Amino acid sequence: MRAFAELLDRLVLTPQRNAKIRLLTDYFRATPDPDRGYALAAIASTLSLKAVKPALLRELIMERMDEVLFRYSYDYVGDLAETISLVWEPRGEAGAQEHDLSLGTIIHQLQSVGRSEVRGLVRSLLDQMDSSSRFAFLKLITGGLRIGVSARLAKQAVADVGGIEIADVEMLWHGLAPPYTSLFQWLEGKADKPALTTPAVFHPVMLATPVGDKDLENIDPADFAAEWKWDGIRVQLANLGGTRRLYSRSGDDISGVFPDILEAADFEGVMDGELLVGGTSRTNQATRSFSDLQQRLNRKTVSSKMLEDYPAFVRGYDLLFSGGLDIRSDGFLARREKLANLLETTSAAHFDLSPLVPFSTWEELDRLRSDPPDPVIEGIMLKRLDSPYTPGRAKGPWFKWKRNPYNIDAVLMYAQRGHGKRSSYYSDFTFGVWTENDGKDTLVPVGKAYFGFTDAELDVLDRFVRNNTIERFGPVRSVRAEPDVGFVVEVAFEGINRSGRHKSGVAMRFPRISRLRTDKLPREADRLETLITMIDGGQGQS
Amino acid sequence: MKPDALLYPTPKGLFCELGQFYIDPVQPVERALITHGHADHARSGHTHVLATRETLDIMRIRYGEDFCNSEQVAVLGAKLVINGATVSFHPAGHVLGSAQIAVDAQGTRIVVSGDYKRRRDPTCLPFEPVSCDVFITEATFGLPVFHHPDDRHEVAKLLTSLRQFPERAHLVGAYALGKAQRVIALLREAGHEAPIYIHGALAKLCDYYQSEGYDLGDLRPATIAGQDRQAFAGAVVIGPPSAFADKWARRFPDPVSIFASGWMMVRQRAKQRGVELPMIISDHCDWPELTRTILEISPSQVWVTHGREEALVRWCELQGIAARPLHLVGYDDEGE
Repeated sequence: MRAFAELLDRLVLTPQRNAKIRLLTDYFRATPDPDRGYALAAIASTLSLKAVKPALLRELIMERMDEVLFRYSYDYVGDLAETISLVWEPRGEAGAQEHDLSLGTIIHQLQSVGRSEVRGLVRSLLDQMDSSSRFAFLKLITGGLRIGVSARLAKQAVADVGGIEIADVEMLWHGLAPPYTSLFQWLEGKADKPALTTPAVFHPVMLATPVGDKDLENIDPADFAAEWKWDGIRVQLANLGGTRRLYSRSGDDISGVFPDILEAADFEGVMDGELLVGGTSRTNQATRSFSDLQQRLNRKTVSSKMLEDYPAFVRGYDLLFSGGLDIRSDGFLARREKLANLLETTSAAHFDLSPLVPFSTWEELDRLRSDPPDPVIEGIMLKRLDSPYTPGRAKGPWFKWKRNPYNIDAVLMYAQRGHGKRSSYYSDFTFGVWTENDGKDTLVPVGKAYFGFTDAELDVLDRFVRNNTIERFGPVRSVRAEPDVGFVVEVAFEGINRSGRHKSGVAMRFPRISRLRTDKLPREADRLETLITMIDGGQGQS
Repeated sequence: MKPDALLYPTPKGLFCELGQFYIDPVQPVERALITHGHADHARSGHTHVLATRETLDIMRIRYGEDFCNSEQVAVLGAKLVINGATVSFHPAGHVLGSAQIAVDAQGTRIVVSGDYKRRRDPTCLPFEPVSCDVFITEATFGLPVFHHPDDRHEVAKLLTSLRQFPERAHLVGAYALGKAQRVIALLREAGHEAPIYIHGALAKLCDYYQSEGYDLGDLRPATIAGQDRQAFAGAVVIGPPSAFADKWARRFPDPVSIFASGWMMVRQRAKQRGVELPMIISDHCDWPELTRTILEISPSQVWVTHGREEALVRWCELQGIAARPLHLVGYDDEGE
């Protein structure tokens, strides 16, 4: 347990992706089965444990601690699990420092204990652990480690342990269960590749590379089909051997949140498509925006009202399995024809086919890209007519050609110190635009960005922050931002939504600092009204 | 004599009226008794200073030769009469030269512990319990959440990280007096023999420790002049915590930011400061040390100074020990 607890303690404070992966791979290499598999499950959220309510933990600590002293402690720390892990004084002869319970043992005990014995077990386990292990244990049983590691990152680390591609791990993933012993045995060359018993597993998706500077010069428009790139989320819908599953692009099982889609998927096969909300082309109703789709995402349960107000559907891009037959080695056009035939037979409210965009020259396609017929389109996909469906992001068969981003000029308002490599730089910036408030122009913050600039530009920004600080709040500084003194940056972003959570009422998607506008005065920066017009389907400036 | 007539708080610090002296005054006074060399306890500008030889040396290093008009060395354990009050100095285990000060008059003894800790520290003498009527304790970590782990375990975390990330510089923020030298000494004890690079603010104090016989091994200035920045890859660099937020830190390759402090016990504290590897190493007592010390000394009263007074006072009440907060101002424990 101690090694797992230390891993969590390190991960939560480590900002760099590569450093996180190294911590994980080192742990997986050094830890025996089944502990490492349970750790993987805990991190990738595939471990199911009886949930322990915070109220029970409070009762346990009150058995052995003065209430006032507990309150002082909790007020200071601010997190219940952490407070209890720190104030807990082990009792009895357990000797927490001498022996280290294994993660596997703890999980077996939790899984085998009856409901009425949970209290006693939790108390006894807390008595046998050191403080860091108690923290990890309490986070585990109250649900939610919150260590800033996605399931995908954990899978990447697993792939690195065996020196294989992440696609191979994703492919096996849904056919395996904690503690993933067969997976680790295979990765270490001690056993054969695990055989899958569940048919509706996730098949790693085929991805496109962005169109680069010279890419189009070297390819012939006649070899490619163009398709709109829809602004939803890419999904894989599988119905094989009586099992139906809906996966996100990275292989997360999101079936639970979309019962409407699963119920409508009454065909045999594996489909690749875009998950959207609104009406399909077959019902002749409008496709709705990404922010409407967000209402359906990241929920544990979905109400019938939610199903009615935000109806989901899949816009089909591709077919991987036709019936039980793997057709991924067929060409794109052949697969697409099978997809079109299949979709004919499905529910019109839940499925439609992503239309092709006819074109003859790249110039023509570029014009279409800049002015698409639907606001929920974020660009163009180019697919080689004869391309087989190959997992991963190989350059050549598929390209994505995004619409140009939106741009605004905004004024720097606050800066925060970065992490890791950037810990001595002010590298996280909050910027604002002008709005009228009580008859006076004032700046209102509209977003935060911490990338987009070069290292040389970061030097310029950092110097400005250090020389123009007005106030400090811990690691944050506010900087001079007046009509004639301040720093203007060009901010590029992919989309903009209304937001009740932000003072400005708007929220940007993927904002980044695309240019330093040292040539502009803050008074020349954009106004909030401009951003609000963009929400209502307005175009970006370029 | 009533204890609160013998010693009481004033805006300048704790005052002994009978002896006409202050203990750790925060403003310049005629006669000051100093527990240890940290800047919030040992200030310059007093007329006469009584402290241990090491504390006087440290004040001289920090403030220059004229840090006071006249100085007097307090020998540990020796009694000294000042205007009818008897004083004696006893090791506090906090940093090199740190002492508790016992003040006796007419059958009443008060011990001012200053800052102290109970666990082993290779760079100073251990705390000695002194029986007394009133024990004045600090409460920097006076909350039941603070259970400082074994130092060796914290040093092992750093050594593990050096092996895991040999291409990155490991920047350890540590208070310039005491903490920095202790971390270095603990690293040496753990078998880390490689050169350790130190910030300029640490140089004189580290030299002083070495001259007092504390072997800190191969210390080098953390400057780039004349060396490749890759020299710092996989090396330990120690400096005051404030330096790491500064441009100074940019000379190091892909630094891991580390902070050696008792505050690192609380994860959110580490997160807020952008610390990647917290080392929970403190020069103060944790909660079990504080409560054990009070039980061991068993004074009839406990006065609690700077820190989280309310929790320690509450604990004393639950134990049936008379206790009250002193509300002294001017002591800063954030740099710990």
